[in-house]
Amino acid sequence: MRTKHFFVFTGGLLFGFGLAFGGMAKQEVVLSFLQLRDLGLLLLLGGSALVTALTINLVPKLLKKPLLGGEFKKRKRTLNKNTIIGAAIFGVGWGISGQCPGSAMASIGVGNIPILIGIASMFLGAYIMGRFFA
Amino acid sequence: MFPLGTFPYIIGGALIGIGVSYIYVTTGLHATQSSFFSTTLSFFTKRPYFQQKQYLDSRSWRITFAAGVILGAFIYTITLSPEGFFTTSVQWWRLAIGGFLVGFGTRLSKGCTSGHGISGLASLSTTSLYAVATFLAVGIGTAMVFQALGVTP
Repeated sequence: MRTKHFFVFTGGLLFGFGLAFGGMAKQEVVLSFLQLRDLGLLLLLGGSALVTALTINLVPKLLKKPLLGGEFKKRKRTLNKNTIIGAAIFGVGWGISGQCPGSAMASIGVGNIPILIGIASMFLGAYIMGRFFA
Repeated sequence: MFPLGTFPYIIGGALIGIGVSYIYVTTGLHATQSSFFSTTLSFFTKRPYFQQKQYLDSRSWRITFAAGVILGAFIYTITLSPEGFFTTSVQWWRLAIGGFLVGFGTRLSKGCTSGHGISGLASLSTTSLYAVATFLAVGIGTAMVFQALGVTP
């Protein structure tokens, strides 16, 4: 159990370091991407998805189970109207503020105090969704 | 197209991919972000949606992951970052309204930039592909409209 947390934590360190290194912890960088003035974040998102795709699709062929045991979890999502409506609502919020959940967490680490307003609002939005719309 | 160069984006993307891969290979878990809000809320509300088994089972490692992300960004800031600590100039009301819609929308869609964008696309999920196309298109459209209305920063 503790070992699992160790690996999740150290993987999180790499994730947060990479987000900050790639500039995504700055809402201004995200907004300049969405305004199509700097397409660099396409490289960051595409690059991270590519590395992850190689791992997710190849490693389970080489290893029967994860190094700590258990099973390789399949990520199951079924397409329905909420997938698209939710993504559109997220897109509006992303375009207004330049924040998404992962980059907002990393933004705490770069010392961006105002992001706490955004994160508190994300919790509120997640609560209202689960309370009234799920 | 790339006024800041491509180097930080490519290295940053590779590090994120390596972090997600490392967690997957060791634990079998998909390290994604937006579920963190719902699973953490399960500590504070007894509403059935938040008490789903998958939320209760993952809520502790998701907090650990979020803590790692925060500290990882902090380590970058005090080591390699050329300008050190950063404070956004994006106005508070944009962070508040935008944040609310991000929290609501990602949970309704069951994924965010990392869930649909990294793990979903990497899993070759068409559901995630539609979600990513939607939030990218709407995000670009919204940011363009705000820019055209002269809302800066």
